[in-house]
This record gives sequence, C-alpha cells and structure tokens, in this order.
Amino acid sequence: MRARTVQPGLTFEYIMWIFTRISGLAMILLALIGMVGAFYLGARTQVDLPTLLRWTFFPNPNHVVNSEIPDLTLGWATAFWQIMQILIIFFAATHAYNGLRVIIEDYTGRSFWRPLVRGFIFLLWLFSLVLAIYVILAS
Amino acid sequence: MGLNRKVGFLEGLKYQGGGPMLAWILHRITALGIILFVGLHVVASFFMQQLGSDFATTINIIYESWIFQIIVAFCVIFHALNGLRIVICDLWPQSLMYQRELLWAQWFIFAAIYGLTVILVIYINVTVG
Repeated sequence: MRARTVQPGLTFEYIMWIFTRISGLAMILLALIGMVGAFYLGARTQVDLPTLLRWTFFPNPNHVVNSEIPDLTLGWATAFWQIMQILIIFFAATHAYNGLRVIIEDYTGRSFWRPLVRGFIFLLWLFSLVLAIYVILAS
Repeated sequence: MGLNRKVGFLEGLKYQGGGPMLAWILHRITALGIILFVGLHVVASFFMQQLGSDFATTINIIYESWIFQIIVAFCVIFHALNGLRIVICDLWPQSLMYQRELLWAQWFIFAAIYGLTVILVIYINVTVG
C-alpha cells in the first residue's frame, strides 16, 4: 500500500473527496426521513429490522412488498417518495462506487490497470443508476 | 503528501495505530461489507423476480437470518457514525484537537444504538419468533 498523491486545486480527487462527505451527510438525513416516514405510515406496530432497513434506505413499493406493511398504495407510491428514492440511490451508488475505487487504488497504485478499473467502475455505476431510476419510475 | 512508502502486510500489522487506526480499518471493512450486502441483495432480487431461481432464494434466506442482520446492522451503524465523525473532523478542523474524545463519544453512541438493535433483534427472533 502506498500513500496517494493528490494535486492541489479543483481536481477530480478533491471533488470526489468533498462529494463523499456531502453524500454521507445527505444519506444520514435521507435515512432518518425514511425511518420517520416508515414509522408514520404504519411500521409502528410490526417493525422488525429488515423491514425498517427496507423502508429506511429504499422506500420503493417493490422493495417493501415482502415486508408486512398495511397499506402499500396509500402512502408510498407518491412522487415525494420517488424523489427520495432517486436521491438516496444516486448518493449511495456514487458514494459506494467511488469508495470502492479509492480502496482498489490504495492497494494497486498507479499501473496500467488503473484506467481499466476506473472505466469498469464508471460503466457499472452508470448501469446501476440507470437501472435503479428505471425501476423507481416504473413502479 | 510526497510520502512514497512501501509497507508490507506483516509490517503493517505491527503499526501501533491504536483507536483511530481501528476506526479507519473498521470503516474500510464495513464499507466493503455494505457493498457486498447491497450488491448481493440487488442481484438476488433481480434473479428472484425475473427468473425465480433457487439460488436467489438461498441468498435471501442467508441474509434474512437474524445472525446476518446483526452483522449488517454493525456495518451500517458503525459506518454511519464513523463517517459522521470524519465529516465533523474534516469540515471543522479545530475539532481534531479532541479527536480521541470524539472517538470515545462515537463508541459510546455506537454501543447504545447497536446494543439496542442487537437486543431487539435477538428478542424478536429468538424469544418471540
């Protein structure tokens, strides 16, 4: 493992560094809103941990269909929760794929693998995001 | 940051980083744990919904077991709290003076939230279910 060298100024590494912090804070906030929403919309009575995690991190009707929720159509299939899902999936996917890239590059350093790994992770990120937003808007 | 050092695995184990190093390495491990869990979850859901495969059902049974729930809760809660401490230290650098105190505060908050989660999960899955 080697120390990473970062150029000063508004570089890609700096933007991703600050994005990781901002998206981390945003995800905590969005998760709290999702959790409060879950309790408000009926998880008060039969909440187990998988149910709460499903509601907290991805409040999609398709996602919570396996958990015991009283009224699927009443509270969840709205534009508000669709926006919430898109925001959390954007922050989570970008945060996670960038974190994975940082960890991989910490252990591989500068080699000819770096652009290949970066390209692969970028394509995976784009694919996940497009697929997730399609699932959210179609449900 | 022009340090171009090469440290081997065994040498790295000897490094006496203490609490902050433990937090750093746990942050990294829990990150990989969350990526593994969410990735498996997405893939399993896809194969379950589109193909109805038995393999996806097997994965679902594994990660819906209460032992796995305890591990996932550890990853999520630790990563969130440690990340919050990192954000505080990075955006208000004066707080780095109290880094160790912040770390202790973080472990106390973690113990409270995670302890409650574990007690509830065990209570729901072992005594009730």
